[in-house]
Amino acid sequence: MRIGPLLAHLRELEAGVAAELRAAAERHRDDHDVYHQCHTFAVTADKRVQKLEPLAERYGGKSTWKSAVGDGSDDLLEDLRSLYLRAQESAITWVMVMQAAKAARDQELLTLATECQSETEVQAKWFMTRIKTGAPQALVVA
Amino acid sequence: MADRIADPWGPRTPYPQGGDWPVRVDEYTDGPVDRWVQSACVLCSHGCALDIGVRDGKIVGVRGREVDRVNHGRLGPKGLYGWQANNSGDRLLHPLVRRDGELREASWDEAMDLVAERSRELLATKGSGALGFYTTGQLFLEDYYTLALIARGGIGTNHLDGNTRLCTATAGQALKETFGCDGQPNGVHDIEYCDTILHVGINTAETQTVLWMHELDRLRGADPPRTIVIDPRETESAREAQVHLAIKPGTNLAVLNGLAQQLIENDCIDREFVDVNTIGFDALEKTVSSYTPERVAEICGVAAADVRRAAEIIGEAEHLLTFVLQGVYQSHQATASACAANNVNLLRGMIGRPGAGILQMNGQPTAQNTRETGCNGDLPAFRNWQNEAHVAELAGLWNVEPLQIPHWGPPTHAMEIFRYAEQGSIEFLWVIGTNPAVSLPELHRIRSILSREGLFLVVSDAFLSETARLADVVLPAAIWGEKTGTFTNTDRTVHLSEQAVQPPGDVRSDIETFLDYAQRLDLRDKDGQPLVKWSTPEECFEAWKECTRGRPCDYTGLSYEKLRGGSGIQWPCNDEAPDGTERLYTDLTFPTFPEICEDYGHDVQTGATFSEAEFKALGPQGRAVLKAAEWTPPHEWAGDEYPFALATGRTVYHFHTRTKTGRAPELQAAAPDAWVELCAKDAERLGVSEGDMLRVSSPRGSVEAPARVGGPREGVVFIPFHYGYWDVGDEAGPDGRPRAANELTMTIWDPVSKQPQLKTAAVKVEKLG
Repeated sequence: MRIGPLLAHLRELEAGVAAELRAAAERHRDDHDVYHQCHTFAVTADKRVQKLEPLAERYGGKSTWKSAVGDGSDDLLEDLRSLYLRAQESAITWVMVMQAAKAARDQELLTLATECQSETEVQAKWFMTRIKTGAPQALVVA
Repeated sequence: MADRIADPWGPRTPYPQGGDWPVRVDEYTDGPVDRWVQSACVLCSHGCALDIGVRDGKIVGVRGREVDRVNHGRLGPKGLYGWQANNSGDRLLHPLVRRDGELREASWDEAMDLVAERSRELLATKGSGALGFYTTGQLFLEDYYTLALIARGGIGTNHLDGNTRLCTATAGQALKETFGCDGQPNGVHDIEYCDTILHVGINTAETQTVLWMHELDRLRGADPPRTIVIDPRETESAREAQVHLAIKPGTNLAVLNGLAQQLIENDCIDREFVDVNTIGFDALEKTVSSYTPERVAEICGVAAADVRRAAEIIGEAEHLLTFVLQGVYQSHQATASACAANNVNLLRGMIGRPGAGILQMNGQPTAQNTRETGCNGDLPAFRNWQNEAHVAELAGLWNVEPLQIPHWGPPTHAMEIFRYAEQGSIEFLWVIGTNPAVSLPELHRIRSILSREGLFLVVSDAFLSETARLADVVLPAAIWGEKTGTFTNTDRTVHLSEQAVQPPGDVRSDIETFLDYAQRLDLRDKDGQPLVKWSTPEECFEAWKECTRGRPCDYTGLSYEKLRGGSGIQWPCNDEAPDGTERLYTDLTFPTFPEICEDYGHDVQTGATFSEAEFKALGPQGRAVLKAAEWTPPHEWAGDEYPFALATGRTVYHFHTRTKTGRAPELQAAAPDAWVELCAKDAERLGVSEGDMLRVSSPRGSVEAPARVGGPREGVVFIPFHYGYWDVGDEAGPDGRPRAANELTMTIWDPVSKQPQLKTAAVKVEKLG
């Protein structure tokens, strides 16, 4: 059973996402939609950490996983790309948890993972939307 | 005629449910009239039909057209008095060009050469994305369509948007999210049939005075409708209501979710309609289930009993009409809230019948045309930028390659255009018929962008507005009454507005200016022929008809000739509906088919865009979409340092930045200066009496204006957004006595409609002197 270490990893991952979103918001204060949306998403990441807490405690164990995504950047487009990947990393990790929860017959964990998976997926989609609208100007004109 | 400053709505003409609204012809002229010329009013979104009185080649008055469906002869105070601005002594009569730091008179050739030369240079060195166009909701359809073709098909820039982004972007977006396409579901005549009216963030009495007369005459007749008003201010409309929910600003979504929760809990929903004609009910039910009246009361600062009472009235309605406007559109979670208002009607099956439906209102007279023609974030005739077949159709109509028309993303919204100008990637900005130096949020930022070294700013206007003062080139524009064209009001009624007089001086209509620009840039189609195939407004209208053929906004049954003499006509107007269409969706089939829809929709919580595949998977296929979202607190919420919530808005005697109404003596005298409204309790606590000078500050700036006591709920201050600096000396400018409400507002927009949140800011209030 490796659910415990995965949940411990996910807890670190989501806490890292929240911190990174807040840092990114500050880096891009003048891109007002990015600033506010990153703060809004950071709050939801905090909530995911909170909700995960009791379940990670219950399963116990330490994270043996590494994050796959690198650091932020002062370049908006580059930063949006890492934030997109971070959201995707959370989303796919929640998929793993969903699958594990099914096999472990843990309804509480499955409900949480399903809800958080779709939340992180939507957040990744927001970064995709923002990249699609911003990339042409940043890459072709600026 | 009655003094319509003292009584903006004039005498009552009551009528019962199902009865005809009596005719009442309103007229105001300065002396005798030689001839009357057909037109309609351009001082709100209602578009009242009127005739312009002319004597000796000069406009001398107006008279409401009794034959017209919209107003039955009535006019509001802005329409009655506002025409005098045409004759104002400070009209711009010649182009101006900046030389040695000063704006100096120039010929059209000099001015347009400069505009064309700068455009050509940038196209050659940086490409089309270095050029941006920011237009309005006050030109005519023909001006907009010409501009859309030039910008999107000719230059190929994605940066074309209107000030309609501040006004009705959310109306259009909410209609797209719920019904798949823009298009007002109902019409103003539904007031005659309804038994209940839900007003969400709309103060019809001041913003659409003739709509209010229509409503008030029902309220004074037999079987008056019951009304509910959701508004932080005690407005005239609120005083007439059975229930007034004076919510805290920024909580629309919570109260609307609460109404849905009650309708579901009380089993007041039309199950069959919901099952057959909508999708999304399960997700909506789950989302709204926690919005009990007690929780709504807590979030919104209203009584739980009032929420219950409002839901009961809505639950008992047989003909429910819902009006939505800026209190929703310019607030936090705008699109999600406007969709939540749609949800209320859909849960009750109240759509597509006389008296049952929705009016997601517009603010400006021609905003609908900005949206239709592709000047406000969509492709012309409600085509979907994500749908390759739609783009190919448009490319065919324009005879250009599909890739020439930017469609890699949604057209750039106004706030992003200004961001690109701030960063320097847009170096050419043409502002047409709007005044962003007063109307956009966080004005110190906007002024610094518009004055930025390296930004070539062109302004088309009739007057030297606050924005025009910052321009490199100013192009004097002919206005209403001085040019011919059509425009479409908030309930899809198309009116013809004929030229009544010659424009003064060297002044040209916008369409003439755009055609001249296209010629100077030598814009060509893919066969090397001139891109723009028309040279008159009527020829443009004929081309526009072809562009709309088969689309939801079908104009093919209309012509200038058909619009002459009688009433305005509502689109769609075509072979199947030669007399126009009073209300949409009477067969309960909505344009949510992937091949028809204007938009595949968004996650309304975050604004993430859905793809074609996702929309198909959702599979609405002609059903309306119930869109649900959770309420979240606004980005700036009143607290210790800034304890008040600020609301800004339009008032009864003025329109926008008073470019016209400030030049009409009666309107100007009625409200010559800005003011700050706060409730008696707050005034007492601060030791403020009526007329005391106040300073209102936010983290972004401050405003100084006299107090008016009464109006908003506790904890809220209201400041009209009309007042800038053009008619006061420099000492009274932003560095002297700042009075523009947008000195205070925040740079943030709705994630879906991209409408700036002009009603979300925390402020503090101090008494001066």
